[in-house]
Amino acid sequence: MVNLTVNGTARMFDGDEDMPLLWYLRDDLRLTGTRFGCGAGLCGACTVHLDGTAVRACQTPLKAVNNKKVVTIEGLSPTGTHPVQAAWEKHNVAQCGYCQTGQIMQAASLLSRTPNPSDADIDRAMQGNICRCGTYQRIRAAIKTAAGRRA
Amino acid sequence: MNVINVSRRQFLGGMFTTGAFVLASRVLPESAWAQTPTPLFKTKADLASLNPSVYLGIEPDGTVFIVTHRSEMGTGIRTTLPMVAADELDADWSRCRIEQGVGDARYGDQNTDGSRSVRDFYEAFRSAGASARTMLVSAAAAQWNVPAAQCVVRNHEVIHEASNRRLGFGALVPAAAKLPVPKPGDLQFKPKSAFRMIGKDTSTYDQKDIVTGKAQFGLDVFRDGMVYATVEHPPVLGGTPKSVDDKAALAVKGVQQTVALDTFKPPHLFQPLGGVAVIADSTWAAIKGRRALKVEWNDGAHGTFESEAHKQQMLATVKQTGKVYRNHGNVDAEFAKGGKVIEAVYHTPMAAHASMEPPAAVAEFANGKATIWAPTQNPQAVQDSVSAALGIKKEDVVCHVTLLGGGFGRKSKPDYAAEAAVLSRKLGKPVKVIWTREDDIRFDYYHTTAAVYHKASVDGRGKPTAWLHRSVFPPIASTFAPGAREPLSFELDLGLTDLPYDIANIRAENGPADAHVRIGWFRAVSNNFHAFAAHSFADEMARAAGRDPLEFLLDMMGPGKVLDLKAQGVNYSNYGAPYDKYPIDTRRLRRVLEIAGEKAGWGKSKSGNGRGMGISAHRSFNTYVASVVEVEMDGRGQFKVPRIHQVVDAGVIVNPDRVRSQMEGAAVMAVGLARTGEITAKAGRITQSNFHDFQVARMSDAPYQVDVHFVDSDALPTGVGEPGLPPVLSALGNAIFAATGKRVRELPISKMKLT
Repeated sequence: MVNLTVNGTARMFDGDEDMPLLWYLRDDLRLTGTRFGCGAGLCGACTVHLDGTAVRACQTPLKAVNNKKVVTIEGLSPTGTHPVQAAWEKHNVAQCGYCQTGQIMQAASLLSRTPNPSDADIDRAMQGNICRCGTYQRIRAAIKTAAGRRA
Repeated sequence: MNVINVSRRQFLGGMFTTGAFVLASRVLPESAWAQTPTPLFKTKADLASLNPSVYLGIEPDGTVFIVTHRSEMGTGIRTTLPMVAADELDADWSRCRIEQGVGDARYGDQNTDGSRSVRDFYEAFRSAGASARTMLVSAAAAQWNVPAAQCVVRNHEVIHEASNRRLGFGALVPAAAKLPVPKPGDLQFKPKSAFRMIGKDTSTYDQKDIVTGKAQFGLDVFRDGMVYATVEHPPVLGGTPKSVDDKAALAVKGVQQTVALDTFKPPHLFQPLGGVAVIADSTWAAIKGRRALKVEWNDGAHGTFESEAHKQQMLATVKQTGKVYRNHGNVDAEFAKGGKVIEAVYHTPMAAHASMEPPAAVAEFANGKATIWAPTQNPQAVQDSVSAALGIKKEDVVCHVTLLGGGFGRKSKPDYAAEAAVLSRKLGKPVKVIWTREDDIRFDYYHTTAAVYHKASVDGRGKPTAWLHRSVFPPIASTFAPGAREPLSFELDLGLTDLPYDIANIRAENGPADAHVRIGWFRAVSNNFHAFAAHSFADEMARAAGRDPLEFLLDMMGPGKVLDLKAQGVNYSNYGAPYDKYPIDTRRLRRVLEIAGEKAGWGKSKSGNGRGMGISAHRSFNTYVASVVEVEMDGRGQFKVPRIHQVVDAGVIVNPDRVRSQMEGAAVMAVGLARTGEITAKAGRITQSNFHDFQVARMSDAPYQVDVHFVDSDALPTGVGEPGLPPVLSALGNAIFAATGKRVRELPISKMKLT
């Protein structure tokens, strides 16, 4: 039995505890904003916050989230107006958009620790998040915009 | 005033030409102007009170519904084509709702490939907007008893300025709906000076849904009673199961059963590969069950495929005389004169599309009909493939198109949707098929590998007097004809037969190569290796002569002109566009090169010592792009790309922000492809499986900055999704030469020693 909180709601899970959090969020809770990209922790499309830190949901089995708090893109801001989301919209970052929820969760985690990240900080934090459309330049710009807004 | 106002006759004339990318006959969008009796699925536009076009409808509350029939995979087309209709209608964008059309021939062609959505449907969407506007104006004029010519349309209202009367679109809908739809030939279009949206940056329609996680991709579709399936495909193309042991798989909690799927009968086309499906009550159980599945395979004929040996074979073939596809002047006579000769062989490996969303589809078969939800570039091909797989009529397949998590050409081949349909019929319930990343990398329709040979004799200033070039690659033709070793001619019209330089003697040839995997379209297709080789070779010639590469390229182009390829024996397919309207005009290619030189400060900074700039220009998809790439070596043999300039002449640009984003993304993809993009095979099996061994560009190794510049143009709009890629490949190689003195003749660059 796993007890966890997802976007502020208490949840109980009593199935296969080896199941990655990703599939619990997507198939059981229908929180589909967390994306499946590689299943191996290589692309970052499934990034969520676990007790405030960005993790790959595809590499996080349910047994590892007992008594923890999970925040997904759907819970990042109830109105979709988190500074990172607003910056993403301002820069029209997304092309296909598939990886962007993971990018946003990763960026939000970065900014919560490093409010004014340098280029090197951004590179380091975002290195695990692949965007095949190649929106990196706008992701970087949006992170800087979001940082400015917080400052 | 420059009004782009192609007559419908000309437009349809263009549609009749053989599409470069369409093997079946192209479907006319005639229904854009006429109601068809049996839509497969009624949109809100169809159901709206005023419905002058399959693409547009207006309700009495003023809501405008605009249907996009092209697929959204990141180009922004779902926003761009509706912008065209909304602008022509003078609608308030905030009151327009975009709907995604299902696969239905009434929309005309829906195969979202070949960078031609705007090119082919700009006129159709303008007509949809103009039809509605004309009807609304007529209704208002009748009500006010004034001539229609005295009425203007502005921001969702019809206005009679002389009497200061105005009526909103919604209020006019009931009367307008009673009027006849104008004849296409009678439509009046806005002049360019009156455009309110075309040419202005517009946020994509789905941006908010994307950043909040609400956007729906193929994997996000759920149906009541749905089961989940993953498929263990034969590891070698055309293989069949020798033995299946599913005991352990069935023991996994949540696994319901396994299902054997027939291996396709050649040609493989867009058919499912076959294999063994694991059916479960969750995605995770299906994946876990499949890990426990044991299958032994009969590999069949392709089990001997070794990509390294295959490469050596191609490198041998490319040195031998091939079939001639373009012959201008007399190359042999010029070579026989015995002047200075330069030659080089280039090689590029296979690559995978690796869109972030792997293939996935949901199918629901009931009462002899199939409903599909799929991230597909071509819903009509889904209809074809599913109807063929199930033996039902095409009209009995409805394909709903979700957003695509990337496509790049992979998702124009709907094998995964047909797989879901076959399973749904067998199981009698809705099925979601999920491809893992490993499935995606190992069972792609690959970007083909190529060897390209160039040979030129040069004059005293190093300029070619004769130029022979020859490519060898497993062709896309093999996907349609088993054993095909020669390309369809369109594969050569992507950068081989259309070499743009003004040289007195040119011959283009192609030699045969066997395909052992599925070959398909990858962003920019064979332009990538043709352009990489040709424009690298151009740089080699410039360097050999000690000349500035930009000055050399401009010299090779001469003053510029429209190329007459027909006179040189080329039946040029021109991306499916009529040549008289979209000719190869090397003046436009010159122009983008000149602008690129200006913007990049070409010649102002010194190359060498680990820094360098490279330049190339290439026309593809009827669009002219010049790229300047800057590289910086880190002293340990690794390169960084601080900046790329992309100069684009794509005619009229509808949504500049999305064209910029396509050029930015293409530059990133090109750098990643050139640096690490490589798929190899042993014993017929693809070696790579995920992003650790098929590496794509990440933030730190992507170009830091891509600057996009447009040529202001009134020319007809042309492609933007693909043409940003090819010239970056050669410009990058040329930049590396400038920085290091080492010539890139083989990709990926990661295998080169650059120290």
